[in-house]
This record gives sequence, C-alpha cells and structure tokens, in this order.
Amino acid sequence: MLLSLHMLAATRPALPDVLVFAASAAVILVGALGVVTSRNPVHAALALVMTLFGVAVLFIEQEADFLAAVQIIVYAGAIVVLFLFVIMFLGVDRRDDIEIEPLVGQRPLAYLLIAITLAGVILMLVSAHWVTGAHQVVGPIEGPITSSAGSPSGEPAQLGKQLFTTYLFAFEATAALLVIAVVGAVVLARRPPVPQDADSADADTESELPS
Amino acid sequence: MSLAGGWYLGLAAALFAIGAVGLLVRRNVLIMFMCIELMLNAANLTFVTFARMLDDIGGQALVFFVLVVAAAEVVVGLGIVVAIFRRRSTTVADDLNSLKG
Repeated sequence: MLLSLHMLAATRPALPDVLVFAASAAVILVGALGVVTSRNPVHAALALVMTLFGVAVLFIEQEADFLAAVQIIVYAGAIVVLFLFVIMFLGVDRRDDIEIEPLVGQRPLAYLLIAITLAGVILMLVSAHWVTGAHQVVGPIEGPITSSAGSPSGEPAQLGKQLFTTYLFAFEATAALLVIAVVGAVVLARRPPVPQDADSADADTESELPS
Repeated sequence: MSLAGGWYLGLAAALFAIGAVGLLVRRNVLIMFMCIELMLNAANLTFVTFARMLDDIGGQALVFFVLVVAAAEVVVGLGIVVAIFRRRSTTVADDLNSLKG
C-alpha cells in the first residue's frame, strides 16, 4: 500500500477524472465566492447549496459514496433549508450594504492574515509531500471489487462496520449531542412567558372560579 | 484512477480561505454561519482526501461525525440568532454592542 502513493503521484490521471475535478472545483469556488460576496442572504444560501453539491461530487470521485449521499441529504436537504427557513422567518432577506467598512483596515488585515496562514499551510504540506502518518490505522478502504466473499462489500458497509465497532462510543455521544441540540433549540426559540400576562391570566381563572 | 491528492488539498485550502475571509469580513450573522459551513466542508474534503491517500476508512468515519456536529451546531446557532432577533430586531453583528461602555 505504500506503493500506491507513488503510483498516485506518478501515473497520469485519466481525462474524465481531470474534467470532473475541474468542473467540481469551479462549482465549489464560484459557490463559495457567491456565499461571501452576495448581498442577499437567500442568494448566499443558494450559493452554499452549489458549493455543497460540488463537494459531494468530489466525495464520489474519491470513493466516499455514502458520505456524498449524507452530504446531499443532511447539508443540502436539512441545513440549508433550515437557513432559508430562518432567513424568511426573521424577514431579513433584504440586501445589506457590503461596501461599508465598519472597522478601518479590517478587510486588508483579514486578507493578509488568511493569505499568510494559507501560504504557511501549503508550504508545510508540500514540504511534507502532502501527507504524513501511518497507513491503515483503522482499516483499509476496500472497493466493491476487492471485497472478501460472504461479507457485505463496498465502502458504505465498511464505514458502517467501523462506526458500530471502533467508533461506537463516539456514535452514541453524537446521538446524545443531537438530542441536546434539539432540546436547546426548542428552549431558545420558545417565546418567554410575559409575567403580567401570566398574572392577569391567573387572576382571570381565579375570578372565574365559583366562590 | 483519480487525481493526485495534492489537487484536492489545494482546493480544500482555497475553500477554507474563502470561508475564513467571509467570516472575518461579513457582518450578517447568518452569512457568517454559512461561511463556517464552508470551512467545515473544506475540512471534510481534506479528511476524505487523506482517507484515500492513506487508505484508511477512519478519515471517512471522522467526516461522518463532523457532519453530525455541524448539524447540531447549525440548529443551536440559528436558535440563538432567532432569540437575539426577538430581543434586538437585528442580525448584524455590529449592532450587538450592549456591553460597550
């Protein structure tokens, strides 16, 4: 398996893969720039959907089929819809002025800091030949072709097996986290009871009681 | 055979940079949340790429957990945004300055 890295770097990739990567990269970057630069929050949410679809295509390209499906279902299907619901619920879908710079020198400083960080990360990765670490700490990614007979084949089955054996505790913890998040969202979104209304309601019920 | 991993990592770095710039520059809280989602997606793309390069399914399992945590974070964050909007009628981060002396 150590050889596969050199094979990845040495062999010329097939033309369809290059085309898929270029198209998805263009979709991802255009969508991301749309999120950052659009004035209308609804347009930003739609640009976010574009980026998420591009990332899902790259997941499929890298043999992570299950994650691509989850990406579409959870991100594009649930999270972005939640964003759109909140945008329209609050009625903030008016355009904001992105030309005004509230803090003097904030934007050049932001660009500079991000550029320095990005350059540092890329330099570090290139000097380390992009990847360091041990091969197959948890388990290999087996394609459908190389699966052993008798066991369910493919990457989703393997991912499920790992989730319910190696990562079982973390899986249960995420279940608890989701429950806590739902309860927290309900508590946060609940309208706080107004005290004087409650008092008057109590008074009304008391006055209605037969004495 | 897919492309070399460096291309994917470079794309993820660019995506993360765009998200970070948006988080620093934009003032609408909802769009800041979307920029956080962009950064999380860049991290997910990096995880999947490393999973392929190291031939380890653990990277993909980690992406699964990142997705779950991102969903929980968005739910709670948008709940906080709704609560703030009820009280202050704004989603612009600069208007939330009631602790300012």
